[in-house]
Amino acid sequence: MTDAALGAVQVAASDELESPARRALRRLLRRKGAVAGLVVIATFIVLALFAPLISPYDPLATSWTLVRKPPSALHWFGTDDLGRDIFGRVIYGARASLIAGAISVGIALLIGVPLGLLSGYRGGFIDALISRITDAMLACPFLILAIALAAFLGPSLGNAMIAIGVSTTPIFVRLTRGQVMSVKVEDYVEAARAMGNPRWRIALFHILPNIMPALLVQATLSIAAAIIAEAALSFLGLGQQPPAPSWGSMLNAAQRFLTNAPWMALWPGLAIFLVVLSFNLVGDGLRDALDPRER
Amino acid sequence: MLNFLARRILQLIPTLFFVSILIFSLQHLLPGDPALVMAGEERDPEVIAHIRAQYRLDQPAPVQYVYWVKGVLSGDFGESLRIKVPVRELIEQKLPVTMQLAGMAIVIAFLIGIPAGIVSAVKKGTAWDYGANLFALWGISTPNFWLGIMLIFLFSIELGWLPASGYVPLTENWRASLAATIMPAFVLGNAIAAILMRHTRSAMLQVLESDYVRTARAKGLSERSVILKHAMRNALTPVITLGALELGTLLSGAVLTEQIFSIPGFGKLIVDAVFNRDYAVVQGVVLVTATIYITLNLIADIAYILVNPRLRA
Repeated sequence: MTDAALGAVQVAASDELESPARRALRRLLRRKGAVAGLVVIATFIVLALFAPLISPYDPLATSWTLVRKPPSALHWFGTDDLGRDIFGRVIYGARASLIAGAISVGIALLIGVPLGLLSGYRGGFIDALISRITDAMLACPFLILAIALAAFLGPSLGNAMIAIGVSTTPIFVRLTRGQVMSVKVEDYVEAARAMGNPRWRIALFHILPNIMPALLVQATLSIAAAIIAEAALSFLGLGQQPPAPSWGSMLNAAQRFLTNAPWMALWPGLAIFLVVLSFNLVGDGLRDALDPRER
Repeated sequence: MLNFLARRILQLIPTLFFVSILIFSLQHLLPGDPALVMAGEERDPEVIAHIRAQYRLDQPAPVQYVYWVKGVLSGDFGESLRIKVPVRELIEQKLPVTMQLAGMAIVIAFLIGIPAGIVSAVKKGTAWDYGANLFALWGISTPNFWLGIMLIFLFSIELGWLPASGYVPLTENWRASLAATIMPAFVLGNAIAAILMRHTRSAMLQVLESDYVRTARAKGLSERSVILKHAMRNALTPVITLGALELGTLLSGAVLTEQIFSIPGFGKLIVDAVFNRDYAVVQGVVLVTATIYITLNLIADIAYILVNPRLRA
């Protein structure tokens, strides 16, 4: 056998031995956009985690001598209407945004996936009931539902996360249900049933792992939407409450000083844009990397 | 076709029923006694008892629901607690403003999104394609309230070309009306243009690989004629119906956009109602929004069937 042929055999063998997760990761890392997105997200996570070490100033410290100072060597992003350092507030604001993105999508997954599994696998009356409730929730525009829920629950970051999570839930119910419907007729599910596995075991150990890729892609894209929604609720005064820093509430304050301190609006908006763009890039990359047709 | 229509309309009934339950139960999420919240600073037991009787809060929840639905079905959404005006009247005043904004946004979205999607698909893999995809990513990732603020800074404060806020009805002065609404409409249309561009691109790519397009090319038709007369006509059908479904995005976006540009529309109505704890208005606005959304969904479904002969049988 020639060297080239041997090489081909080895490549094929290693490709077969590679786990699906590893293969998806390898494909994801081939996509420049997704890699750039991952780097930006990782940077923001580091900034959020080590904010006290990285931020040069206390984000809550006000100073009447530093009110609305433009960007300078001392204050890279300038200062706000109360003389607070905007760079520090943007770094601390990353905490609220990333936590809100992760927790609200976590809530949506925790409620939506079990309901979708139940609806898709059991069928019948339960399926009809869950589907109609999902339809009803999807009929209310996402942000309007989130605003209404946040308003009724009361303004706070915690309640905003619950409101966004609940408003995102129907997307996961519908997605999980659809995926379960297409997977449950597969041979391996039939085989698991023939072996006498109980329904919950089939749903959790045979169906759920096979619908994970679709859920992962949707979760990534939903984090992007949830971060925008948190910023929107904070902008309206329904999320993170002042003086705690949040990108949305910073933009709200900035709106009043647009004429003489436009930098107050630039940085928090740019931060939201960068993080959301990155999650969208990673979500798109994951969708391609996990698509079986791309093999 | 008639069967499908009947089935589709019948499906609306349970959906609307659950929407009404969802909206009705929002009020019951309130921590504490709703009558106390409605009474505000007033803690007089007589006033609270009066509110409880007026809004039937002393009755069991299912009874309250039946009364509420009865009212809604006869066009009575209750009364604004703060300004003592029927909610229906408020909706009738504010809805046309948002509809003008939404209409302009849809036109802007179609004017940008569809040509960008077609160019991106026809010139796949070129700089045009990358440019259009970057535009789509930008549109999807930009928070519309930030875009609005940045546009105000550029066009109102720096250049002084457009008013930063306010609204003039179209019937009063169409020039001033367009000047006041063009920025918010662009902010709203931008995100939808991005979504439409993605839909158009994928639909066009699919159509361009189909047999009839190959046949049209084999007949010797010019590329322009193949794209405009053969490919585009089929590719745009699903895109237009999908565009109709973006109304939810539009109404969500209107909430913030109207807030930033101080436009007295539907979005501003709900935000003001939220801050004034005017729950009847919040319920009314959410219900009307959901009903509009469901109706448009139905129209989009029917339109899709009507323009697609293969689905008509």
